[in-house]
Amino acid sequence: MRYLPLTDRDRRDMLAAIGVAGIDDLFRDVPPAVRLDGPVDLPPHQGEMAVERAFAAWAGQNLSPGRAPSFLGAGAYRHHIPAIADHLIQRGEFLTAYTPYQPEVSQGTLQYLFEFQTQVALITGMEVANASMYDGATATSEAVLMAGRVTRRNRVVLSAGLHPHYREVARTNLGYLGMETVAPEPDDDGGEADLAALVDDATACVVVQNPDFFGRLHDLSALAAACQAAGALLVCAVTEVVSLGAVKAPGDMGADIVAAEGQSLGNGTGFGGPHVGLLAVRQKHLRQMPGRLVGETADADGRRGYVLTLSTREQHIRREKATSNICTNSGLCALAFNIHLTLLGERGFRHLAALNHATAAGLADRLAAVDGVTVLNDTFFNEFTVRLAKPAGAVVEALADRGILGGVPVSRLYPDRPDLADLMLVAATETVTEDDADRLCAALKEVLA
Amino acid sequence: MSAPETFTGNRGLQLEEPLTFETGDPALSAVDLPPVPEAPDRLGGLAREGEIGLPGLSEPQVMRHYLRLSQKNYAIDAGFYPLGSCTMKHNPRLNEKVARLPGLGDLHPLQPVSTVQGALAVMDACAHWLKTLTGMPAVAMSPAAGAHGELTGLMTIRAALEAAGDARAKVLVPESAHGTNPASAHFCGYGVESIPANDRGRVDLAAFKDKLGGDVAAVMLTNPNTCGLFEDEILEIAEAIHGIGGYFYCDGANFNAIVGRVRPGDLGIDCMHLNLHKTFSTPHGGGGPGSGPVVLSAPLAPFAPLPYVVHGPDGFRLVEHAADSDGRPFGRVKGFHGQFGVFVRALAYMMSMGSDGLRQVSEDAVLNANYLLAGLKDDLSPSFDGPCMHEVLFDDHFLRNTGVSTLDMAKALIDEGFHPMTMYFPLVVHGALLMEPTETESKETLDLFIATVRDLARRAKAGEADSFHAAPRLTPRRRLDETLAARKPVLRWTPPAPAADAAD
Repeated sequence: MRYLPLTDRDRRDMLAAIGVAGIDDLFRDVPPAVRLDGPVDLPPHQGEMAVERAFAAWAGQNLSPGRAPSFLGAGAYRHHIPAIADHLIQRGEFLTAYTPYQPEVSQGTLQYLFEFQTQVALITGMEVANASMYDGATATSEAVLMAGRVTRRNRVVLSAGLHPHYREVARTNLGYLGMETVAPEPDDDGGEADLAALVDDATACVVVQNPDFFGRLHDLSALAAACQAAGALLVCAVTEVVSLGAVKAPGDMGADIVAAEGQSLGNGTGFGGPHVGLLAVRQKHLRQMPGRLVGETADADGRRGYVLTLSTREQHIRREKATSNICTNSGLCALAFNIHLTLLGERGFRHLAALNHATAAGLADRLAAVDGVTVLNDTFFNEFTVRLAKPAGAVVEALADRGILGGVPVSRLYPDRPDLADLMLVAATETVTEDDADRLCAALKEVLA
Repeated sequence: MSAPETFTGNRGLQLEEPLTFETGDPALSAVDLPPVPEAPDRLGGLAREGEIGLPGLSEPQVMRHYLRLSQKNYAIDAGFYPLGSCTMKHNPRLNEKVARLPGLGDLHPLQPVSTVQGALAVMDACAHWLKTLTGMPAVAMSPAAGAHGELTGLMTIRAALEAAGDARAKVLVPESAHGTNPASAHFCGYGVESIPANDRGRVDLAAFKDKLGGDVAAVMLTNPNTCGLFEDEILEIAEAIHGIGGYFYCDGANFNAIVGRVRPGDLGIDCMHLNLHKTFSTPHGGGGPGSGPVVLSAPLAPFAPLPYVVHGPDGFRLVEHAADSDGRPFGRVKGFHGQFGVFVRALAYMMSMGSDGLRQVSEDAVLNANYLLAGLKDDLSPSFDGPCMHEVLFDDHFLRNTGVSTLDMAKALIDEGFHPMTMYFPLVVHGALLMEPTETESKETLDLFIATVRDLARRAKAGEADSFHAAPRLTPRRRLDETLAARKPVLRWTPPAPAADAAD
């Protein structure tokens, strides 16, 4: 038992020092009827080799996107993460620290979170960002609850272009606080009617996504103006943050709150988690913001330093009156994001975004030339929707049989919409090679023939 | 203000480090990318214009920046971290290694399920270990952290009550509870009513029973509680809440005290979240990510949220939609399928420790805490009679009239090379000092810590208050002005005003 430093002799000496005869005396407050006599029915301890072997076997049963041309997106994107990023987040001083409650011995964590907040504010075009949320879906839900507090209204409009998981999480959370959702369904090509028509004087916020779930880009300015005129907030969700290196920022189009999934920078797709939620707001709404915030201050010698601040919004102070119940967030994933974006810098971030867009645009043109494939998007960043001549679910399975992760069938997320069954989302990041694109096109020709 | 001791402000190995935004040159990048191929612009006129304002650095500059930052942090890898209710135990690196295996760390959440059978097997195995250790029939794996698990558990309870046509209005929470408990209850639409503690630091059973009525949905109890004590009347509490048709929620943050020795299912608990980043050794990462699976009793199991893994004739399946569920899922709490990477790490830990090792974990954790109590009880003021469980609570009576506060003690411990204990929590005693050593500390470490705390207590009583007020003196930064930070919030870097440029 390599993780336990006490020896049997230590244990005896310590029991003697405590003044009890045996370990059971220390558990005497546990009713005897519920004390277990021996180990539960699970395997005994194992060495590293055995455990590693078991996980290698499990890993071997999966098709790794590293071994297959991969075009999967729909809210999680495979990007190349520089080696140094994963090295740095594994430094014990970052990996094994707790929440920075003692700032004198946590300046490392606090400073990177301050840098993270700055980066998030800059790329979203907003004034203030917090120190992270769990993921994009929960960040969006928190944004909606925040809009309810700011406007003191309870009607929420969720765009049909919002990721279905984000819609479901928001709908799940809102009902308990008496909020009502209006959530139009997507048209049969993933489009929707103008949302401005749904905004009224009871509306707390409208939630849109850009690029939307189907990959389309939207100029939010007119909707932002309509919201503002009605006293509602515009919440913009972003599931692919690399897009912010190429596409006009939500803050620059009038969004009041930006909720995003930050996974694309620094974090692997990891079968869906842990990821990192971003939340950025206008300064005037700061006091209604959920989550931890790091602020600049000075120490007793007048030197610049950082602390957790404005915690009177939070559960450990305000309990049931807090702006959220969140405590643990996504600190280490925020560090990975922070490091990756620092590595890229202004120039690298713009370049990475341009590369993603060009790769996807090239692929879209090639797919459009395949019989049985229609590209539906006029606009997109690195992901678009295609209509296939056969049901997308079956096509994706047939592609997987050929060792290709070809896309996400919309039916995976909308199983109750037969009219969407022939739609597939295709993402192309910088990791997609010419050879990958050749293989996808060739395989689709076969499968759709 | 004392002047810097050196020209640079550095002190040997303690190196000052500016913000990235104050260094480098936007022309630099630490990532070499292939050239952008010719392709049509499909941005529809929405191209981003103007500078974003990000800095540029080369790879060696980035390495130094973060390495220097890391050296300003205390960590469990570096030393003793007796932060009560946080279970700062050793984080095995095997867990990190297996979480990064190709085929586990790089999977996409929406790959065809036929291509991720191994990943679903990992989720299923992790669920099996958690259910067996807790003696509960079901588990909802998707909550992202402890507080998220609390909310999910309460939503499950509410769904079960609503299905019976009786949603009810309030949740009972002890005064000593974590702040997340009442906050979670509020976000599930419940009113919160506080239950007082008795003079033994446990729930006052009579007062609790007085509050029970047809409008009580659930009681939320931490067990062992945040005073480090086992709720010895827990079976009576369970019987009473069930007697009025309510549910028993247990905050599992302190499961490390009883893992392998007591199954919450045997205590009459209906619902409990497990902090995989506490009991199951996954790293805290400076504040996350966590993972907060919620184990559920049979009456609650059908209402668990989506998604979940089932095993059928064709292998594992992921139930992602209500229409595919044979239960009545109340909804969805998170994107995709939960904190998979944390499941991998926790499962690697559980398999490493095994059923025998996990039982030893709670024994050693409780032994270590009682050893601290025995070593400190004469110099500090224990709030309650022992034995304690995995953590021990002191109040600040021993500091009375010394001019030294709990905060001062904490800061003095920092200079001695220890991370402080949890301060001023729980709220039920004055100036709380809550110490949780965990099972991964050696007797030598505990002996040195005990000797250090006793020395500090004696110095406090000997009238050395001034030296406490000046602590910490040996850290990268000394005490920070939290009032200033809150009064004039500076939450991001902003470029210096143009006048500064002109002065260059």
